[in-house]
Amino acid sequence: MKASNSMWAEKLAGKLPESLAREIDIFETEVALRKQGKIDERLFAETRLRRGIYGQRYDNGQRHNGKAVQQVAYPSGALTKGPNTMWDAPGMQRIKIPGGGLDAGQLETMADLAEEYSDGIAHVTTRQDFQLHYVHIDDTPSLMRRLAAAGITTREACGNSVRNVTACPYAGVCPDEAFDVTPYSRAMSKFLLGHPDCQNFGRKFKPAFSGCSQHACGLASMHDIGMIGVTRIENGKEKRGFETYVGGGLGAVPYQAKLFDTFVPPEELLPLTQAIARVFAARGEKKNRSRARIKFLIQDLGIEKFKELVLEERKNLPHDPRWTEFVTQAEKFQETPLRPGGKAPLLGTQAFQQWVKTNTRPQKQDGYVVVTIALPLGDITANQLRALADSARRFTKETIRTTVEQNIVLRWVSQTDLQELHKSLHAAGLADPGAGTIVDVAACPGTDTCKLGISSSRGLAAELRRRLAEKSFQLDESVQNLHIKISGCFNSCGQHHVADMGFYGVSRKMSGYAVPHFQVVLGGEWDHNGGTYGLPVIAIPSKNIPEVVTRLTDRYAANRQHAESFKDFIKRMGKVELKKMLEDLARPPADPSDRSYFSDWGDPREYSLSDMGIGECAGEVVSAVEFDLAAAERELFEAQVAWEGGQIEQAGATAYKSMLRAAKALVKIETQNITDDPKQIVGEFRARFYDTQKFFDPFAGGKFAQYLFAAQEKSDEPATQDSARYLIDEAQLFIDAAHSCYNRIGTTASV
Amino acid sequence: MENSRMEQRTQLQHINVKLLVKNPVEVDLEPLIPVFHDWIQDPLPGELLLDIADYRHVPAGPGVVLIGHEGDYSVDNTDNRLGVRYNRKAALNGSNEDRLKQAARAAFTAFRRLETDPRLAGKLRFNGQEIEIFINDRLLAPNSDATREVADSDFRAFSQMLFRGNEYSMTYDTDRRRLFRVSLKSARPFSVGDLLEALG
Repeated sequence: MKASNSMWAEKLAGKLPESLAREIDIFETEVALRKQGKIDERLFAETRLRRGIYGQRYDNGQRHNGKAVQQVAYPSGALTKGPNTMWDAPGMQRIKIPGGGLDAGQLETMADLAEEYSDGIAHVTTRQDFQLHYVHIDDTPSLMRRLAAAGITTREACGNSVRNVTACPYAGVCPDEAFDVTPYSRAMSKFLLGHPDCQNFGRKFKPAFSGCSQHACGLASMHDIGMIGVTRIENGKEKRGFETYVGGGLGAVPYQAKLFDTFVPPEELLPLTQAIARVFAARGEKKNRSRARIKFLIQDLGIEKFKELVLEERKNLPHDPRWTEFVTQAEKFQETPLRPGGKAPLLGTQAFQQWVKTNTRPQKQDGYVVVTIALPLGDITANQLRALADSARRFTKETIRTTVEQNIVLRWVSQTDLQELHKSLHAAGLADPGAGTIVDVAACPGTDTCKLGISSSRGLAAELRRRLAEKSFQLDESVQNLHIKISGCFNSCGQHHVADMGFYGVSRKMSGYAVPHFQVVLGGEWDHNGGTYGLPVIAIPSKNIPEVVTRLTDRYAANRQHAESFKDFIKRMGKVELKKMLEDLARPPADPSDRSYFSDWGDPREYSLSDMGIGECAGEVVSAVEFDLAAAERELFEAQVAWEGGQIEQAGATAYKSMLRAAKALVKIETQNITDDPKQIVGEFRARFYDTQKFFDPFAGGKFAQYLFAAQEKSDEPATQDSARYLIDEAQLFIDAAHSCYNRIGTTASV
Repeated sequence: MENSRMEQRTQLQHINVKLLVKNPVEVDLEPLIPVFHDWIQDPLPGELLLDIADYRHVPAGPGVVLIGHEGDYSVDNTDNRLGVRYNRKAALNGSNEDRLKQAARAAFTAFRRLETDPRLAGKLRFNGQEIEIFINDRLLAPNSDATREVADSDFRAFSQMLFRGNEYSMTYDTDRRRLFRVSLKSARPFSVGDLLEALG
């Protein structure tokens, strides 16, 4: 698209690392070959994905205008950049930022690219990446060259590869850490990038580093591999190492990582990871994407067997000098300040005081603080990036990191400079208070740009943020520090499982219309590296979610016992009471002329209006299906209550029963000759909805049906606490998918 | 070879034109979203409009952006200067004058549609005098003295034509990191209709 695209290679000649320059040249050739039809669209899709270039919503050439699906007449006609992905459709470029570390020049590059190739906004993600949206595929080689010239690669930012290696943004300055994990995370990132042992995974692989076990910042417990820095005394000398976890992950069904080893020394960090990668590549699922993450392999094998395989593989690895080259330097690694530290009285305006309270935290180095720049929904403008670069140069040695809360931190700020820094940030619109508080809502892109989005996570986040900001400093202190996280669908990119109040998008029918909803997920824990996952309580229409937040926070502030955490409060309340508190909000609006429920936040289009069923006969069937699906949800709720009460067997059995009921509800659309025999229900469901692909989600395919089949296969096995918990999550997703299937059948009927 | 490369580098491509709004504090951006959704259904000939990006939560940001294939429209608040902006994304053949006219016509037409849309209640009004022009390509038009020298005559000729020979001032943004930008300010107010007419 850009007239200058042909000129950047020449302009930047000699300024890019040779290997990156060659890779980008190759990609540019692949773009040209795809345009000539000389590369298969599937192959090209994987090629671009491994370079961080994603599709966006409407890239299949269709867009719903609130009344009907319309075709989008992209100029390149039938040319595609992947299956069902039109060439000219704007896409998203993900940019890996290892450990979130950036310098001022890189911020400036990001600013230039956001203006020239995107819509003027750079977006910080929940995994410390940057994303640019609405990028044309033809512009991506130039964009990559400019990033590479600034020392940034997009390689393996997507696809079945090792994704961004994240790390605690306070590493090196946090008073509670064992040691600075920064150089180790960087070494791993460099070592695994393009590593031959990481090119044959069935799915992605996400590493994370944390300097301690008690805080959230590294989220090591919810990663494929999580490294927590620890020390121990060996021969009278302190030795560094890593408590190593494997097989964690959020996604549709969240898994807590399992402890692999209590102490992996730095010399073993890279070879051990390489051995894990080899086992994952060799033994991990390849065909069934929904079971292809390493967490499933570890669940199937058991952690002990997995460990045995990895250690065996480790023994057979040919020696690589890179395993230990970094170790001596890593121990000496130390960021330094630009300006002398010091203490100054923190006097100033109320705005300054509020900002100091929520957006600064003392470093372990006396006289210095870390300053958090709270980005609304992770968004920052090009001019703000440049202003931040200026501040980073003026007050620090450009010690900048992105965070998993979609913010940016400036480290090594002398406390004596806080007033001046606040002034500079304020002038750039970057001095919003409330970092890490209830106002600082995190959200994935959702229906704004993501093809998988079901509800508007960003729309809801913006609305909650607006409402909460108005009263943030009047809120009870206990409420101020809660976390809200929102995903547009079950895939958890917004990390809703580890929030005090999490929400993920689902759809439900009300009065014959599809209505955007969010599942309310409560009881998750942000601290302890995302130590506990919340459970769904009830699906509520999107427009009622602000009231959900109000009720829960009011109740917590009023009924909190002593220093009770929100997680403990939710546990004490119990699912029955919570549901009672919220269930009136799940009902259709009392006034049938109130159409606001039928559109989502920030999007006036009527939500999936074409899903409305027509005809008297269909209407009767619809009522019966809705009734049965609601019964399935009630059963699932009972399963959750049983699990919470420690009745694990009952929880597992009831969750399975709820899946059967939802499956039967769908089968009854086609035949009434169905009994309560699980074999018959599953058989009929398989024949009528799975084999025919009627149940298939446009993006997840038959994944959720497989949950039912697996549940049936294992129905005679005794349930464990973990297996019952996974089954409850899977049942929730199966029932959500049954609702969607039923909505789609309504659409088909109306066409 | 070198000459043709130089020539290419003085091309004014990817032109942005922004008309500043009168009384920006009165303007609520929320009603723009349904308006832009309607534009997607009813685009001008030769235009493909695709999606809406809502950045109202970002201070001094791009506001609400209507994403198109050939170009984006937005009610943009960059530098806390609210205005209706057109961002030409697809390269265009022709002369610099042709490209300036195309971007200006798109911006003026958009502004006129918004001014008259009842959902905006007449609150989105051109301030009558201030127009900003950006070149959204740092390689073709770096924000440098050299670009200003080369492009100055194009902007002067364009301003003469736009303001029909009336007095005006031109101010260049000299921050080298930012996009090449020139601000035009006429001594007397014009309506958007006047400006459209001046383009011929």
